[in-house]
Amino acid sequence: MADIRADFLGIKSPNPFWLASAPPTDKKINVLRAYEAGWGGVVWKTLGSQVKNVSSRYSAVSYGGKKMMGFNNIELISDRPIEINLREITEVVKLFPDRAMIVSLMADNDRNSWHELIKKCQDAGAMGFELNFGCPHGMTERGMGAAVGQDPEIAKMVVEWVMEISKIPVITKLTPNVHSVVPTGRAAVEGGTNALSLINTIQSVTGIDLDTLVPNPYVAGKSVFGGYCGPAVKPIALKMLTTIAQDPLTSKVPVSGIGGVSTWKDAVEFMLLGSTTVQVCTAAMTHGFRIIEDMCEGLNNWMDEKGFNKIEDFIGLSVPKITHWEDLDINYHHIAKINQDKCIHCGLCYIACEDTSHQSINMEKGMPYNTYSIKDEECVGCNLCQLVCPVNDCITMEVHRVSPDPINWKQWQERGLPLNDH
Amino acid sequence: MNLIMIKNKRLSEEQYIESFSDIHPPFETKDAALVEANRCLFCYDAPCMKSCPTSIDVPKFIKQIATENIKGSAHTILSSNIMGAGCSKVCPVEKLCEGACVYNLMNEAPISIAKLQRYSTEIAMNNKWQLFKRKPSSGKRVAIVGAGPAGLSCAHVLSQEGVDVTIFEKESKGGGLMTYGIAAYKVTPEFCEDEVNYITSIGGIDIKYNQALDKDFSVEDLKSKYDAVYLAFGVGLARQLDIPGENLIGVIDAIEFIYQLRTNDFSHLPVGDKVAVIGMGMTAIDAATQAKRLGAKEVTLVYRRTQEEMPCTEHELNIAKLDGCNIIWLASPKEIIGENGAVKSLVCDTMKLGEPDSSGRRSPVSTGEMITLEVDMVIKAAGQMPFSEIVKSAQLENSSGKLTVKEKSATNLNGIFAGGDCVNGGREVVDAVQAGKDGAKEILKYIH
Repeated sequence: MADIRADFLGIKSPNPFWLASAPPTDKKINVLRAYEAGWGGVVWKTLGSQVKNVSSRYSAVSYGGKKMMGFNNIELISDRPIEINLREITEVVKLFPDRAMIVSLMADNDRNSWHELIKKCQDAGAMGFELNFGCPHGMTERGMGAAVGQDPEIAKMVVEWVMEISKIPVITKLTPNVHSVVPTGRAAVEGGTNALSLINTIQSVTGIDLDTLVPNPYVAGKSVFGGYCGPAVKPIALKMLTTIAQDPLTSKVPVSGIGGVSTWKDAVEFMLLGSTTVQVCTAAMTHGFRIIEDMCEGLNNWMDEKGFNKIEDFIGLSVPKITHWEDLDINYHHIAKINQDKCIHCGLCYIACEDTSHQSINMEKGMPYNTYSIKDEECVGCNLCQLVCPVNDCITMEVHRVSPDPINWKQWQERGLPLNDH
Repeated sequence: MNLIMIKNKRLSEEQYIESFSDIHPPFETKDAALVEANRCLFCYDAPCMKSCPTSIDVPKFIKQIATENIKGSAHTILSSNIMGAGCSKVCPVEKLCEGACVYNLMNEAPISIAKLQRYSTEIAMNNKWQLFKRKPSSGKRVAIVGAGPAGLSCAHVLSQEGVDVTIFEKESKGGGLMTYGIAAYKVTPEFCEDEVNYITSIGGIDIKYNQALDKDFSVEDLKSKYDAVYLAFGVGLARQLDIPGENLIGVIDAIEFIYQLRTNDFSHLPVGDKVAVIGMGMTAIDAATQAKRLGAKEVTLVYRRTQEEMPCTEHELNIAKLDGCNIIWLASPKEIIGENGAVKSLVCDTMKLGEPDSSGRRSPVSTGEMITLEVDMVIKAAGQMPFSEIVKSAQLENSSGKLTVKEKSATNLNGIFAGGDCVNGGREVVDAVQAGKDGAKEILKYIH
């Protein structure tokens, strides 16, 4: 039995799974249900100036008949009066003092407004604040949300204002709608933030209704860009997380990872790339809060299997394994191999390689099943075939180094070796 | 003596409707079809497509369901098999496309290809989509004998190329054995009529009903009046048993039995209390299950070989078993005993398997022992006989009545082509459809 407790800036939770600032964390009734289900903590939906929401608010991308592969929203920050929210926060913390309670904030862009908001909120019982510098819709037009996150100068300034007055730890949430999250991340750390969280949602258009010709989400015949999230964005989130984990300044602060965490495996991936906790939203909105059960059990079983006693034992272990392209070993070569016992003769590897890759697969016609095999001399080891094959472990990549000595691109050029593959 | 053991009106109206309702119901909803369509792996050089005698591009039409391009999906199906709708209901897919599906190799359920094919073609037919364009009339004229699957398939290809086609059909409706010879719970007579109309809606195909070859016209007549002739008259009645008692009241031909069932009210056709069905092909199964569903108390299938050699599919045999039919393997009819001119019992030789015959299957040999079944009706379903008389009188080269063809459809007579059951002796609808396409291709070369 591994110990899956998390300690984030002294804020303790029984597991590293938090719910992100969003509709699921909007009200006491939702948050109590989440805690009863077993979630380790929540980030309460962003408090700030008053807003009104529209309908519809969401749209999604399906893939192969599976729903909510990607999800977007045009909902704004909390549309309930601050007083009600604060009172409920106090009540919830009393009922569940062992769970992390973070409150997300977004104030108008001046020192006074931020100070007022923080003074109002910081005695409600929350254990930390999360600064929303990433809301990509509705607030940017007013100079808030992503407008702050996209400008490192402004971000640093706002963080400094907040740190002047906040009595509890501060997490700064980064927007992905930038060319790199590192400048804003660094600026926030320089401004004094205690921690970072990323990513917020990505600006998107999920699709168009081919009858009305109006994109989604649909509001009285019009649409706007929405914030994209869900399983689709995980690879982007992981990349941005890695840049934070590899920067000498931002790597000094703990990170809460967000963006497409649906299963315990996703969570482990975020933690291996530097997250101490992860925040979940889309998966909970797809299936409900019960998903926390397998998230905890799966994490626990994996840690036992790998011999990790506590989460700190593996946080960040994969960070040093991502390097620059020029450092990759060109003498490493692997060749695909098809297991004829497992092959179901669907031909997908063949046509992918023949049409779009290096024509390295043999097709021997048969009735009705063809036999497929790799042409070893032709295979470049791109592993496209392995990716399209529908059978687990049917195609494996066998290592066949060109030479035992490693060599990277820079060294290759220095030695004057031939500059192409043919 | 109770002659009235063979009687009709055994069941109520509701019971008949339930008995003969669709044995392979379609997808209930669009969602159900989409879930299954999305399960398809979209194989390359797919085994399912290779197993189809008409080479329907199965992965393509399934993907077109998934992308909600139903028109495209129906067109993909029908351009390879104009009877794609009917085939989706009667084809022994467990032996063909679904049997070859790669999911079987994973020990998973194969894709429901027949159901998906039915989904698209049904929508096309309900919407009366005309998916094919007829080229302007070329002035060439072709006569086809038989408006069954081979004839209709040939006609459709010819018509697309601007040929004016006239089909001579001996019955009052088209469709051939689809309409008259297949179990009613697989395809209804109404559906078959709709399908014939859908096929001919392309135009340029004129069907003359109640015109029988060698009664109303001859092959010579057609040869003189048309640019080419396609013979697609299929096969005839069930093989004779050639045993004593064959002419007693209660001895029925399976083809005739099913024909009557499909052209009348269910309550019209009389069936015995205890029925024996001779044979183990698809027709025997159809006859046995239909007899049971009409209300016969006991139905027994009698086959002279074993399950290893049976011509029907496993799937079909299971339907018969689930319907409660009895099966006696290794029994061959020897004599039908009568009383007052009607069937009283059936005496069979018990058999054992000896040396293989020309079909490669081990030949049944009598053991000398006998069994007797108390029955009041015997249905003959041990294969169908070719129309040997017609074939001989037209001086067509044949092998035991089955037309001999070169290059897939050319008979020994110039300008006369043939295909379908009258050539192959009696196979599936899908084989006949492919034969019709092959015939049309050769005819087009011949007439131009």
